[in-house]
Amino acid sequence: MKNIHKFINVREKVMRGVFLFSAVFSILALATITVFLFANGIPFIAKTGVGKFLAGMKWAPLADQPSFGIFPMIVASLYVTALSVIFGIGVGLLTAVALYKFVPKKIVAPIRQVINLLAGIPSVIFGMFGMTVIVPFVRDYIAPTGVGYGIFSASIVLGIMILPTIVSVSSDALNSVPESYYEGALALGATKEQTTFKVMLPAAKSGVFAGVVLAIGRAIGETMAVIMVIGGSPELPESVFQSVRTLTANIAMGAMELTTDARAALIACGVVLFVFTLLLNVSFSFLKRDKTEKSAKKEKQKTAATAEEQVEFSQEESLQKTLNPLQAATLQEDTTPENKRRQRNTPDPQPYRTEKEGEEQ
Amino acid sequence: MKNFTDKTNISAKDCNLYYGDFHALKNINVEIPERQVTALIGPSGCGKSTFLKIFNRMNDLVEGCRITGEYKIGDVNIFDKETDVNLLRKNVGMVFQKPNPFPMSIYDNIAFAPRTFGVKNRYDLDAIVEKSLRKADIWDEVKDRLKKNAVGMSGGQQQRLCIARALAAEPKILLMDEPTSALDPISTGKIEELVDELKKDITIVIVTHNMQQAARIADKTAFFLLGELIEFGDTEQVFTSPEDERTERYITGRFG
Amino acid sequence: MRKFYSALKIVCYVALGVSLTALAAIVVNVLVNGAGKLSFRLLFGQYKSASPTVFPALVGTLQLVLIAILIAVPVGTGCAIFLAEYTNNKGKFVKAIRIATETLAGIPSIVYGLFGYLIFVVAFGWGYSMLGGGITLAIMILPTVVRSTEESLLAVQSGLREGAYALGASKVRTIFKIVLPSAASGVVTAIILSIGRVVSESAVLILTVGMVVNKVPETLLSPGTSLALDIYYFASHGYPNEAAATAVVLLIFVICLNLLASGAGKLIKRKTGEAK
Repeated sequence: MKNIHKFINVREKVMRGVFLFSAVFSILALATITVFLFANGIPFIAKTGVGKFLAGMKWAPLADQPSFGIFPMIVASLYVTALSVIFGIGVGLLTAVALYKFVPKKIVAPIRQVINLLAGIPSVIFGMFGMTVIVPFVRDYIAPTGVGYGIFSASIVLGIMILPTIVSVSSDALNSVPESYYEGALALGATKEQTTFKVMLPAAKSGVFAGVVLAIGRAIGETMAVIMVIGGSPELPESVFQSVRTLTANIAMGAMELTTDARAALIACGVVLFVFTLLLNVSFSFLKRDKTEKSAKKEKQKTAATAEEQVEFSQEESLQKTLNPLQAATLQEDTTPENKRRQRNTPDPQPYRTEKEGEEQ
Repeated sequence: MKNFTDKTNISAKDCNLYYGDFHALKNINVEIPERQVTALIGPSGCGKSTFLKIFNRMNDLVEGCRITGEYKIGDVNIFDKETDVNLLRKNVGMVFQKPNPFPMSIYDNIAFAPRTFGVKNRYDLDAIVEKSLRKADIWDEVKDRLKKNAVGMSGGQQQRLCIARALAAEPKILLMDEPTSALDPISTGKIEELVDELKKDITIVIVTHNMQQAARIADKTAFFLLGELIEFGDTEQVFTSPEDERTERYITGRFG
Repeated sequence: MRKFYSALKIVCYVALGVSLTALAAIVVNVLVNGAGKLSFRLLFGQYKSASPTVFPALVGTLQLVLIAILIAVPVGTGCAIFLAEYTNNKGKFVKAIRIATETLAGIPSIVYGLFGYLIFVVAFGWGYSMLGGGITLAIMILPTVVRSTEESLLAVQSGLREGAYALGASKVRTIFKIVLPSAASGVVTAIILSIGRVVSESAVLILTVGMVVNKVPETLLSPGTSLALDIYYFASHGYPNEAAATAVVLLIFVICLNLLASGAGKLIKRKTGEAK
């Protein structure tokens, strides 16, 4: 008997250590990534000069007199991202609205399932679709220049690619608005359409906004779908049909030509991209913290839960849910760990309760 | 480590318990006799469940919970450094308000505790499973479907399964936290009969909302109010001639 | 005013139509274009530059999935267990872990590729290798595994944990015998979806496994390719037919994995009788 307890206690400690190590692993991984990227990228940027690197207009790493300006590519990245997000939000948000109230309830769930399924399509397939369908179409019917590869095609492909994410996130945001809003507005004589656009959509705006940030993150970081339709000339974008090169495409395209300096230049591009996404992440978590603090304060005040607070809370919920871009494809669960935890860790309310027993019997 | 002996009377001395700043139990002193049924009654939030959970140290799991005082089962101080909490819980079984069968087969549910404490032999396990299910008076209902998932059973069966599961650890004390509050009258009756049968070997402490239940099954009754132990004595005496006015008012249904 | 909103409603229908058409177009286009070009030889034949095959990619994909899952699942589950069972979601350390996983989740895959290149190809001196690619992918899917596993763990009723503790089970035993099995459906779903991500990924691999499309990797330290990478290679090196056919294979893989994920989840739920 005694031995078994000793064994159990040792096992407890060992396993706790194993779990702890697993938990630390992600911190270690992030630290390693950061250190390796910065250690290899920063010296190069310093050598080239921050201004010359970030604001330089010419990218010619393999020339006799190499030049490493990535300004055109930064602009191209932002350009493509902006266009695709506008397209994705435009179509995706309206799709979510249609799914919310305008489509028979029976077919909503299957449609959402199909859209979620499509979120899992590999980006390289989007790229191939762009290459074989979108690019020829743009070349033949739209582009005045007669060239299909370029910003326009890339934006369309990316826009389609981020559609499922946006539909999914926006639908969740809309669905988390309390139904009482809807009924209230209808009771005041508003039409179904008016209510949806003027009441429900504004109430869901922070959740939708989270979806936008998420979409930006996906679009700016996407490589394969872009690289196959972007053309690839490292030039400053002037026309929407121009062949350009984004930061991600630059890294992937240059990957095959890795000489010492060119390699360092690519890593420096990676550093820029990394910092970009860090900034997105940080601004996003600020957004989230703001919300969490607000609702925490409200919980403390123990005011009766008015409908308004419920919105606040549920929006935060959908915000947290969208926090992790990689989760987008699997956004089906209704609660995030944080929220579930909040429920679980609320201590058993019994000791605090003073209502009469009779009510329970 | 001091081992648990057959002496299973429970004593609490100067018991105080806090959840953070909230003083949930105040200066409770009580001696619970062995091999009897002791009922803890009182209105919601009076601390009776909290008090019950001290004796298998389930309050250890609650964040911000602080306990002072001296607690003994027989001669064993349950908060002593030498006392292994897992061994304590093996000896002090617990049945919860809501039946909580594990999502596995009936057999595996019952065998969980013996396996925890190193019983591996198939025959031994079979014997323990049958014995425990018989003790909990559910053997005849489930003997043909021991491999079926326990979650598919009715609420009353689930609760008796949970009792059998607790019995399989061969506890010396059984704590029951409103075990029938989620059950229908027939299942409730079965469990009450069971309690009556079990007290021959085991000390039972039961928290109940239902005063008739306390009157039916308990030898001793303790009345709690707002974290204080108001009255403790033989059930009959507490119900027929309570010493404290508050007990009387509660029992006669004037509040609570 | 009412007319305006009615018009907007029609716009919404149009948007829904556009979304569904666009996404359906991709699937249909890939299947229609590629299905006819599939052949046994393309899948399992010997690679020749005149008629390339995806057999090396099939092997490579399998290797990458195995490596990534064997690393990410234990580590990710461990991390989720730590977060869900050992912490109360407070404190600097938990916050640091959360920030780390969230940040990892946001890093673009090409940056993972660069990292994998720097550490495995260059610093470790492995050159392009399946192992390096697999480990990089493991780190990439780690946040997903952690998050979905944690979600499923937290969804397990606390009554089950209490029940196990009350029987004298230690924390570790409770976790492995009660909590994890109860969360199995969620964990398995998460694992299958992670496999889907590994299969879909290509940007990471350009920089880590070397896109050697013509040889089956001899060891884990050999360079190689994957299905997704093959599509890129074929499409950009003048093998449009092979690219189309490979896309069919990959698409079917991914769709099957997704269906399997929800199917397996449901099956396990039914088997364990998990109460919802």
